Amino acid sequence: MPANDAGVLPPTIDGIWSLLHEVNDPEVPVISVVDLGIVRDVRITGEIVTIDVTPTYSGCPATKIIEAMIKAAVESKGYTTNINTVITPPWTTDWISDEGRVKLREYGIAPPENGAEAKASLLGIDPVLSCPQCNSTDSERISEFGSTACKALYKCKSCLEPFEYFKCI
Amino acid sequence: MFTRATEYGVTDNALFEYALGLGDTALVLGQRMAEWLGKAPSMELDIAASNFSLDLVGQAQLFLEYAGEVEGEGRSDDDLSFLRDAMFFRNLLIVEQPNRDWGVTMVRHFLVSSFLVLQYEALASSKDERLAGIAAKALKEMQYHRRFSREWVVRLACGTDEGMKRITRGFDTLWRFTGEMFELADFEANLVNGGIAVDVRSLEAPWTTAVDDLLAECGIEKPTALQMITGRYLGHHTEHLGHILCDMQYMQRAYPGAKW
Repeated sequence: MPANDAGVLPPTIDGIWSLLHEVNDPEVPVISVVDLGIVRDVRITGEIVTIDVTPTYSGCPATKIIEAMIKAAVESKGYTTNINTVITPPWTTDWISDEGRVKLREYGIAPPENGAEAKASLLGIDPVLSCPQCNSTDSERISEFGSTACKALYKCKSCLEPFEYFKCI
Repeated sequence: MFTRATEYGVTDNALFEYALGLGDTALVLGQRMAEWLGKAPSMELDIAASNFSLDLVGQAQLFLEYAGEVEGEGRSDDDLSFLRDAMFFRNLLIVEQPNRDWGVTMVRHFLVSSFLVLQYEALASSKDERLAGIAAKALKEMQYHRRFSREWVVRLACGTDEGMKRITRGFDTLWRFTGEMFELADFEANLVNGGIAVDVRSLEAPWTTAVDDLLAECGIEKPTALQMITGRYLGHHTEHLGHILCDMQYMQRAYPGAKW
């Protein structure tokens, strides 16, 4: 399709996804909203872009900011954007991409383990975590909650550095 | 907002009342946990309490938003939270009981989160897709609450005599409010038959097992109550709810429509 009067090319699904890859989570600014798994779908109807976004936790205070950031990023290219909040199915840490996990670790946050076995933490069994600084698995939990609802606080008993862990849900 | 000023009991909109009950319980408990902000016994607990509060207020927002839609009178989740008086709240009486100390708060949180986990597990397969979706999301969060509060009850009860005294006080003062969790109102029975609401009576046995298990681990004798205190669906509350609302609703009452 040709560009419109304002010189804007019509949106494409792939183009919108690449834009979203540039929007980082405000609280973990190394990982994009796509790597975090909270963008569930992108649809284009005519020239209107609709993006399905799911919150990590029901009360995550960053949800509104993230939605505003996504909207701003897409609208900066001249596209009218609707953000649609979806809660079903509920977000799970399994949706964090492999690339996202690597970035979390490099940033100093132990990424969540993947798969159903990892959910043992919900039943009270502590996961074995490796320290993002020295990779030692000799770590202990300091606090069930960290600086945000999605993280817990741990300490490495080898290098003594405290670190955050992205909890499995 | 006083459209039913002569009648504090349930309206004939069963689904509205049910969603309100779910939302108000989460909201009031969330407000109670927020009261710890800045004065919990340690930094870690301060953060935990505010995260609990966030989870619960987030759940309340989802339930109350739905309640407003079902009611169809244009009330938002904020309107329902900030512009209703105590007799129109449908929360379980146990969640409005005072925090007192960390021990009592953790006992309350264990008793309630153990119930909510069971309730949300069942509600996640409701025929009402909105309620099922919210419950499936909230369930994951409440499992953490249950685990955390259980650990604290054990830690305090099995630690010092002082800790045991406070945990025991929690069970003794709160026990009379636990019966209400398993009381099925007439309007709820209709929703249960339609596959929408949870038959809370069926949750009492698994809840009791979980509580007995904890009491045994702590060596605490099972509390008794002369009478279970109930009344949320009649608009009857303990004196504490009014005080909570004075705090929680102050801004909207003093400066109607204020936003930030």
